[in-house]
Amino acid sequence: MTAATAGRFEAAFAAGAAGGRPGIIPYVTAGFPGPDDTAPLLLACQRAGSLAAEVGIPFSDPLADGPTIQSAGWRALEQGMTPARAISEVARARDAGLTIPVAAMTYINPVLTMGIEAFAGACAAAGIDGVIVPDLPVEEAAGLAASLGAHGVAHIPLVAPTTPTSRVARVAATAAGFIYCVSVTGTTGARESVSPAALDLLERVRSVTALPRALGFGISRPEHVEALTGHCEAVVVGSALLDAIASGGDDPGAIAERFVRELRGVGAAG
Amino acid sequence: MTTAGRFGIYGGAFVPETLVPALEELEAAMNEALADPAFIAELDGWLYDYAGRPTPLTLARRLTEACGGAEIWLKREDLVHTGAHKLNNALGQVLLARRMGKTRIIAETGAGQHGVATATVCACFGLECVVYMGREDIRRQALNVYKMGLLGAEVRPVDSGSRTLKDATNEAIRDWVTNVENTHYVIGSVVGPHPYPTLVKRFQRVIGDEARRQALQRWGALPDTVVACVGGGSNAIGIFTAFLEDEDVELVGVEAAGRGIETGEHAASLEAGRPGVLHGAYSYLLQDANGQVRETHSISAGLDYPGVGPEHAALRDAERARYVTCTDGEALRSFHRLCRMEGIIPALESSHALAVAERLARELGPGHRVLVCLSGRGDKDIDTVRAVSGAGEGDS
Repeated sequence: MTAATAGRFEAAFAAGAAGGRPGIIPYVTAGFPGPDDTAPLLLACQRAGSLAAEVGIPFSDPLADGPTIQSAGWRALEQGMTPARAISEVARARDAGLTIPVAAMTYINPVLTMGIEAFAGACAAAGIDGVIVPDLPVEEAAGLAASLGAHGVAHIPLVAPTTPTSRVARVAATAAGFIYCVSVTGTTGARESVSPAALDLLERVRSVTALPRALGFGISRPEHVEALTGHCEAVVVGSALLDAIASGGDDPGAIAERFVRELRGVGAAG
Repeated sequence: MTTAGRFGIYGGAFVPETLVPALEELEAAMNEALADPAFIAELDGWLYDYAGRPTPLTLARRLTEACGGAEIWLKREDLVHTGAHKLNNALGQVLLARRMGKTRIIAETGAGQHGVATATVCACFGLECVVYMGREDIRRQALNVYKMGLLGAEVRPVDSGSRTLKDATNEAIRDWVTNVENTHYVIGSVVGPHPYPTLVKRFQRVIGDEARRQALQRWGALPDTVVACVGGGSNAIGIFTAFLEDEDVELVGVEAAGRGIETGEHAASLEAGRPGVLHGAYSYLLQDANGQVRETHSISAGLDYPGVGPEHAALRDAERARYVTCTDGEALRSFHRLCRMEGIIPALESSHALAVAERLARELGPGHRVLVCLSGRGDKDIDTVRAVSGAGEGDS
């Protein structure tokens, strides 16, 4: 089980490595919009041809998130979402046929509360392939990275435009699965365009590691994805998707499926 | 976990990657500035010629008589310009930010005292100043909100979460992540990621350094007990630090018990929390079984915070300081006693320390001395006190 999960990211990125548009990694907050919507949303993302999916385990004080993901998390918590339940939503999606890689994104305090070892074990058992913790810089990450690694779960660190290249190399040495490249100095949330600093960061990452690069924070439109062709292997799209789900009616899965297809630049039949 | 920036097992720097270089830059600038006599001279100049230091040590004469025990002495941080100890830190950090070439200053505030202090210093230097404040605190502290406007700062209301200090701090950190190139974030307490707890302690330790010197001059002796209120804990660290090596001096921190620890409506992190990470530091934290940070309550906005500075957690583990609690009601009664017996209107935060000082003075008995950090004055709290006190209590 654990060996298989560690390989899902490698296989997914290898399959997409044809020099085309970056693959899409949609982000959904567990328990948003409703407590039972997460597994169906993950399956919808898979149907739409996503490279992988990211599931946010909501935290009361999400420092790295902008207003959209904050309010989605708040709503999920008010409806009773917990870390254990969020993890079990992924297991439920796996049972229903989810085969794409899944990364869990959360903050360090819920992980410490569950216990690092218990959290890593629960992720592995549920079929979570990687973990992203945005408030855990490399200086603090050794314990979690080791536990995740022992369970065959990738520790996926973040680098930002302010990260010096020497530090990117140090961060990359702790990474598995892919490197999460933050496109802006700022929080999550849809932006108008992709910044030159993001393209510079992607080049600097490539100069120190061969790991796949996923660009996130601010990516929201098909033209952003198009413009990133050749610059990174995947993009993470969260706030724009949650905004579409929040304003789009009572079938979140259909909205997500259409949204991801549009980002991929393929029609409803693609 | 690494040992950099740790107090025992507490502290650290749990922040988004974007901020890591900024914290490293801040730490380097801090070490360089604090080793530069010119910087220390500049800071002292502002503390003594502008802020009004040194602050006096005042014997609370009638309160001491009423308690019938140890003498109660007040370290008068309420007399610092802007009305609280917060200016000590705001001056130090803004001077440091100028030295680093930062042109924009942001801060969070709960009671508004730190926001007013930061706005004040920014006015002195013509710096842009943005203060984040929870919507609920804006309602409770209207006077300070107006003052910040007068001083030229922009107050940005925060509507997320519990709309208090915790959420204002989140929003300030998000602003800093976004504007880190030109902005310095002036944290108001000994909380946050390394190097902030160390930096703020350095700028607040003047309280205890002065008090210790004054005690020796005045009494030829040290106090038996030093008492201070603890929200994030900057005035407490400020007065404790000078006495850490004086093993016979008991150090007592007072957390807000709100409506009572048993009601769950309180802000006593050390008393009723367990270790976790909030605002970039590992320390005691009020949180639920799933690691979500709990809402807190205290009648005093400055203590209404679910975390506590990491050094307090370490001092408690090492049994160098002990931490007790005081309810809203006990603090209010001490507030009124100090008004009527000493002619001093204390901040509600400081009233928590006073209540415990009265308790300890009775226990210690005559011949001893209790030193209380009177961290701020209570003008900002008049509306709160008027709203909760019985009709006759204010003027009886």
